[in-house]
Amino acid sequence: MDVANYLYLSALLFTIGAVGVIVRRNAIVVFMCIELMLNAANLSFVTFSRINGDLNGQVIAFFTMVVAACEVVVGLAIIVMIYRSRRSASVDDASLLSR
Amino acid sequence: MTFITPVLNYTLLSPILILLAGALVGVLIEAFVSKTLRSTAQLSITIGTLVLSLTQVWKIRNEESTLVAMGSVVIDGPAILLQASILIISIISIFVIADTDHFTALAAALPGSDEERHSVESGNQVTEVYPLTLFAISGMMLFPVATDLITLFVALEMLSLPLYLLAGLSRRRRLASQESALKYFLLGAFSSAFFLLGMAYLYGYSASVTFAGIRASVVGGSGNDVLLLIGIAFVSIGLLFKVGAVPFHAWSPDVYQGAPTPITGFMAAATKIAAFGAMLRIYYTVFANAQWSWSPALSAIAIITMLFGSLVAIAQRDVKRMLAYSSIAHAGFLLSGVIALNKAGLDASIFYLFAYGVATVGAFAVVTLVRDSAGEVTDLNRWKGLGKRSPWVATTFAAFLLAFAGIPLTSGFIGKFAIFSAAYESGAKAVVIAGILSSAIAAFFYIRVIVLMFFTDPVQDGTSVQIPSALTRITVIFAIILTIALGVFPAPLLSFITDLATFIR
Repeated sequence: MDVANYLYLSALLFTIGAVGVIVRRNAIVVFMCIELMLNAANLSFVTFSRINGDLNGQVIAFFTMVVAACEVVVGLAIIVMIYRSRRSASVDDASLLSR
Repeated sequence: MTFITPVLNYTLLSPILILLAGALVGVLIEAFVSKTLRSTAQLSITIGTLVLSLTQVWKIRNEESTLVAMGSVVIDGPAILLQASILIISIISIFVIADTDHFTALAAALPGSDEERHSVESGNQVTEVYPLTLFAISGMMLFPVATDLITLFVALEMLSLPLYLLAGLSRRRRLASQESALKYFLLGAFSSAFFLLGMAYLYGYSASVTFAGIRASVVGGSGNDVLLLIGIAFVSIGLLFKVGAVPFHAWSPDVYQGAPTPITGFMAAATKIAAFGAMLRIYYTVFANAQWSWSPALSAIAIITMLFGSLVAIAQRDVKRMLAYSSIAHAGFLLSGVIALNKAGLDASIFYLFAYGVATVGAFAVVTLVRDSAGEVTDLNRWKGLGKRSPWVATTFAAFLLAFAGIPLTSGFIGKFAIFSAAYESGAKAVVIAGILSSAIAAFFYIRVIVLMFFTDPVQDGTSVQIPSALTRITVIFAIILTIALGVFPAPLLSFITDLATFIR
């Protein structure tokens, strides 16, 4: 099978994630879509690593996973706090600013 | 199989390592030191760490430029200058952050809950703001010196993640503060996903993760140009988001307004230096030979950013939002230094970043002083007549605004002059014209605030200027002296920058 197909898959996943961030309203779902985008980028790294015959791309994928895990820690802390004080995790309800 | 021992050059890395060590000590202090001593201990550790790191940067300034940490990090002239600027600005920001009255006593407690009230009354103030700031600063120090994709991405997240949390720590108007943290986080993570995908395509283009390898491929021009273009575009999106350029600026007014004011000042100044530092390095070295592909797009973005920031700032009624739009306009001015792509542009950008950063920290420090019983007053209508009640504070703020506007005898004028003449030399005439035009527009709203402070009658609504704490006073005085000194005698710093600022490739 042509390895480039994985790049198309990665682009597709990335687009699904980006569209999700823009159209979904729940902060948790938005966040999941961002994680999908990061994983799509990971898939690209691994594919390019295979195409180029160079292991660095796979190493970056591991680093990205660690960074994504840190992002989950910070992100969920912020989202849970917002949910506790507003009883809603919708990004549309958070509109005190920008007036 | 043999393993090669990595050579790290600890001396050259020491400024960053010292900061990380200080941050870790801060975490331990937070856990183990009693509440009466905690605040003092944290403040002294933080300032000590920063000063130690700055002396270390000063010591290594004349070392020969070289790649360290097995080619992941470069220490050259611009690296030294940018790291020193970040540290100086962090030190004066920490003096303002030290006024713990701005930060929530217990970030985990619900706004308005008994738990929160109890921790305020018992004086159980948590001080996690110091280690978080130190982690952010170490990320900022690493971001402009990174020379491979992994380090670059890790540094970006290292500086961003603590800032997302810091934005949500305000003591008053906590819902707005949490909201700004949420917006900053979601949009920041969104943009770093683009950044990461861009890096993947650059890697696919060049089969190398180091800047030198990618540069070699760009110069050689043998790879697939589509991959390169996607890579440049997506990496630029990530960087432009961090500096707050239009159309990636949506987060900045909300975050500037919602975050605690000392954090806003720190973030506005130091993040800009770090992000523009990385941007200068990437565009001046890695992408330099592909100038045909990014220069037109970046010029368009610079022009839109300058004009948009200046025009929308006119309509603002909140001083922090106004400064946010002003910082968007300044991001546009700084982009013209990136577009210039010559030595003069590099020198001017570094001078501009430092001068603008100092004035920004000073201006936000003044904003923290104007308060009523419910906390800071940021509504511009309530700043009316401030000059009659507190002439010193109003005069200082006016001086910072004049520096932002680029009036002669302030550092802002020298910065703007240098950066626009560098851009003009390189032939980016449209950018320079738009820059001068938007400087004129911007001068209008800065001067409007000055008129508001000095030539309208005060309103009697309990707005007063708080007597600054000793540390805040040091920050304001230092910032104002430097702003004026760099406007009157810029030559020593300019020639220091010119001597040192050369990227090694």
